[in-house]
Amino acid sequence: MAEPLDDYIDAVSKALALPVEEAWRPAVRANLEVSLRLSRLVDEFALPDETEPAPIFTV
Amino acid sequence: MTTKPEMTAAEIASAVAGGKMSALDATEAALARIKQHDTILNSFTDVTADRARAKARATDAEIAAGKTVGPLAGVPFAVKNLFDVAGLPTRAGSKINRDLAPAKRDATLIERMEAAGAVLVGALNMGEYAYDFTGENVHDGPSRNPHDTTRMTGGSSGGSGSAVGGALVPIALGSDTNGSIRVPSSFCGIFGLKPTYGRLSRARSFPFVASLDHLGPFARSVTDLALAYDVMQGPDADDSACTTRGLEPTLPLLANPVSDLRIAIAGGYFQNNVFPEAVEAVGRVAKALGATQVVDVPEAARARAAAYVITTTEGASLHLDRLRKRPNDFDPAVRDRLIAGAMVPAPMVDRAQKFRRWYRAQLAEIFKSVDVLLAPATPCTAPKLGQVNFNLDGVELPVRANIGVHTQPISFIGLPVVAVPVPLEPLPVGVQIITAPWREDIALRVAYALEKMGVASAPTPRGL
Repeated sequence: MAEPLDDYIDAVSKALALPVEEAWRPAVRANLEVSLRLSRLVDEFALPDETEPAPIFTV
Repeated sequence: MTTKPEMTAAEIASAVAGGKMSALDATEAALARIKQHDTILNSFTDVTADRARAKARATDAEIAAGKTVGPLAGVPFAVKNLFDVAGLPTRAGSKINRDLAPAKRDATLIERMEAAGAVLVGALNMGEYAYDFTGENVHDGPSRNPHDTTRMTGGSSGGSGSAVGGALVPIALGSDTNGSIRVPSSFCGIFGLKPTYGRLSRARSFPFVASLDHLGPFARSVTDLALAYDVMQGPDADDSACTTRGLEPTLPLLANPVSDLRIAIAGGYFQNNVFPEAVEAVGRVAKALGATQVVDVPEAARARAAAYVITTTEGASLHLDRLRKRPNDFDPAVRDRLIAGAMVPAPMVDRAQKFRRWYRAQLAEIFKSVDVLLAPATPCTAPKLGQVNFNLDGVELPVRANIGVHTQPISFIGLPVVAVPVPLEPLPVGVQIITAPWREDIALRVAYALEKMGVASAPTPRGL
């Protein structure tokens, strides 16, 4: 049975030309679930529109 | 004079500069220990014996000619194998990078260590592409913990932890993106310094997450840690993130009193999911320093989440082409994490970077009223090699995902940290001494005071 993220994995895999063999799929899916869960935790935190990203930490 | 296995770098340098021991003897002693013990520890992937002997002989010749030598004269050291070492392909723990051409020039930090007289004796095992907290490596085998060789060294600078913890060399260099200096320091019972982001040049080292990567030293004493740190400071045009701040030597400040410092214990998140040994270690350090104030670090769990998102996506970006062309040559666990990282929507990464700025401001506010925060370096002592879960208060938790929970929210905003080893029985565990940006001097000063009080020390390796 297809898992909820499988269509997404297939689409991004195709868009990025990134191979995902069937044997790897469960682990990729499990890792993606963790990444998206943690992304949501960040996403839920309201920030002012003016907030600048800090890709490099300097003082 | 013969070398003892646990001579510090300072003791070796003093003996060499004073003519009591030759640099060659110090180097041969290290090479002999590597030969004797590294079949078990598996900390080295390359031993650069010829190069080391040539460097040592050159140092001895300088001394014989009456020339002044550097503060690390004759001190053997080794580097995580993501540092460029001229003549070696920079494997970064991977199979794929072994096909690279040999590096033409050493990493900046190796050049600076050798300019101070130190002698490079080899390159060290690490987790593949530094995406690791265990010290295990499917290509080279795991580095092993010198206090119990059935246990993890911690990663990803596992060979660095093992080599210094096992007293094969007094100083090693490693990298820390989310905890890869502090975790092996904790598990292997040694001192480790993750400096402020941008403080030490990363030029000619293989990257992992550009906006989170730091390099730094490991040692068995705080004096050695400061010695190495001081000689490696300085701007470097070859690393765009390297600061242009002037040199700020820490060695002369080590023995200054710590009684004037405002020291607090990190509360909330940093007191959750912690095994009793880590609680005991933080408690001992806090008691010795007279620290009773507990300061909550707001949104640390979210900071850890944001660090995770940035790591997995920047890491995926770095390796995207290798994932396309040579996916079967990766450690499968690393490959599958990176592929998933490539699939995280871009707005999530942007939000993580924006949250980073907000979180940094919260910590800056905290550091207006305290000078030092204390936190566990790891939630536990070294797990068994291959261990998948640990049981905390009746709850099964995955080992890999939880080893770095206390280090990630700190490196996320580049704060300097000294990890100090608390020599508990049967295994040591580390405590993070965290300070405001550019205040490595304070973190090292506190670590030195703890060492002098006997609260922090690198235990003699018992697994050898």
